[in-house]
Amino acid sequence: MSSVPITPDSEIQGLGAPSNLPRRKVVGAIGKGAFIAATVFAALILVTLLARILFQGIGALDMDLLTNRFTSNNAINNGTAGFRTGIISSLWLVLITAAFAIPVGVGAAIYLEEYAPDNWFTKVVQVNVSNLSGVPSVVYGLLGLGVFVSFFGFNFLGRSVLAGGLTLGLLVLPIIIIAAQEALRAVPSSLREAAYALGATPWQVTWHHVLPAAMSGILTGTILSVARAIGETAPVLVAGAATAITLAPSDPLDGYSPLPLQVFDALVRPQASAKEFAAAGIIIMMALLLTLNLIAIVLRERANRKVRW
Amino acid sequence: MVATSDTGLNQRINVRESDQAGQSLGESVISLRDVTISYGSYDAVVGVSYEIPKNKITAMIGPSGCGKSTVLRSINRMNDLIPGAKVRGTIEYHGVDVNHAGVDPVEVRRRIGMVFQKPNPFPKSIAENITWGAQINGFKGNKKDLVEQSLRKAALWDEVKDKLDQSGLSLSGGQQQRLCIARTLAVNPDVILMDEPCSALDPISTLRIEELMRELSRQYTIVVVTHNMQQAARVSDQTVFFSLSDKRQGILVEASPTQQLFTKPKDQRTEDYITGRFG
Repeated sequence: MSSVPITPDSEIQGLGAPSNLPRRKVVGAIGKGAFIAATVFAALILVTLLARILFQGIGALDMDLLTNRFTSNNAINNGTAGFRTGIISSLWLVLITAAFAIPVGVGAAIYLEEYAPDNWFTKVVQVNVSNLSGVPSVVYGLLGLGVFVSFFGFNFLGRSVLAGGLTLGLLVLPIIIIAAQEALRAVPSSLREAAYALGATPWQVTWHHVLPAAMSGILTGTILSVARAIGETAPVLVAGAATAITLAPSDPLDGYSPLPLQVFDALVRPQASAKEFAAAGIIIMMALLLTLNLIAIVLRERANRKVRW
Repeated sequence: MVATSDTGLNQRINVRESDQAGQSLGESVISLRDVTISYGSYDAVVGVSYEIPKNKITAMIGPSGCGKSTVLRSINRMNDLIPGAKVRGTIEYHGVDVNHAGVDPVEVRRRIGMVFQKPNPFPKSIAENITWGAQINGFKGNKKDLVEQSLRKAALWDEVKDKLDQSGLSLSGGQQQRLCIARTLAVNPDVILMDEPCSALDPISTLRIEELMRELSRQYTIVVVTHNMQQAARVSDQTVFFSLSDKRQGILVEASPTQQLFTKPKDQRTEDYITGRFG
């Protein structure tokens, strides 16, 4: 093999000008630098935030925080305060939100992607779903108050954890629909064709092939949005969550006081000890979130293993 | 570069010896009559009529964009999946109009199977690739036997018999395509439609698929769309030549027994195409 001589750029026909390669390399280096800076900036902010919270809350953190149920200043000062009510309320909320929003959201996404005809009705629904995902969360709180807590003035679910969970469900519904639609759209149409060509019904194609192939994407999107929902304070506050309640809900119609609300309540008090207590609450909240995300990853990997790409 | 002489079509293209050359190709399974297929307001293919003979291979050839695949996909109503696609005229399968309101496309596709251009096995094991189609259609028999029978018919058994639980996608391209054929055979169809089944394969895999098609034509009716004229000449009994009209719409130019089409084409446009003056 003879090596090919590299012709100087100026000698290539039609490329009379001097080489622009050095300039292209500089542009490339600047771009790379900017992206690294963006990544470092984001990571730095996150680390600062975490460090500050840990530094502030670590002193107050102990196992009693998980089991004690009082959040008053007195309880904080004599060491009997804790987030038991908040933790249990938030777990109830996650459960109800997920149980409501995931089936409805994924179902709507399946209809829109796999069944819906391409007509004006579908388009109107699609545009509305996209718009709803941008509506401020407090508006959903008002909706929950007006529909779930009291149904247009009639007593309905009351200020219950069920009403709160459904409210949060409405909040994440559009996000779940959009995430699930994206996941379904990513399934290659050749897979659908293969199944249809064997005499499968639309339901068999969707249930046996499209859903399993889209499952890991759907799970990632839905669990991330549900996890986001448990951090929400404004909508549940409007929809009737209590800030100071000592009894954790034991059924869906009980009152509740979710963790972020308890943290918020402690933060706005002037005492330093309350702020420390709140910081410890934030650490618990983040641990809870991390656990939920971990569950999401495990579920996703299991869904992935069923599909043998 | 292989030198080709222009002295005769027979020398340029090795036409398969057919014992029925020049004669009728026998009982037809599918008849297309004055079929026009449109996407929205655009007529992609206009006025297509031909017969698909039983237990024979019919090849559809022609330049890109002339609607070969469109016609093929309308035979088992795969075009239903494309929004805006509409078929006029009649496509009869054993005398039944497949587009009749009372006909379920799901049933049509079970009887008229399809193999696609790009091999598309399911992301499942090799065995599940075979059994899935049969099971959704109510298969209750022995799955192991079904897997072996189907893979044997598709000339794939010996290569995969020790790894039936591996993913269908772990196979090579040619093996994947034969797996797709085996999967189609497992639902016991009557007709198999193939949409350029070898265009993504190397020459050796192509040859194996072609041999397989000949073998399968004893039992099944096969319709194949191909870009490769030599392939049409090698494997098919009947060749249908499509071209584009002045209005850029697909039209059928000639449907003849393969040997006749490649040696004594009835239409000047067919001759131009197969001799390489066009397309």
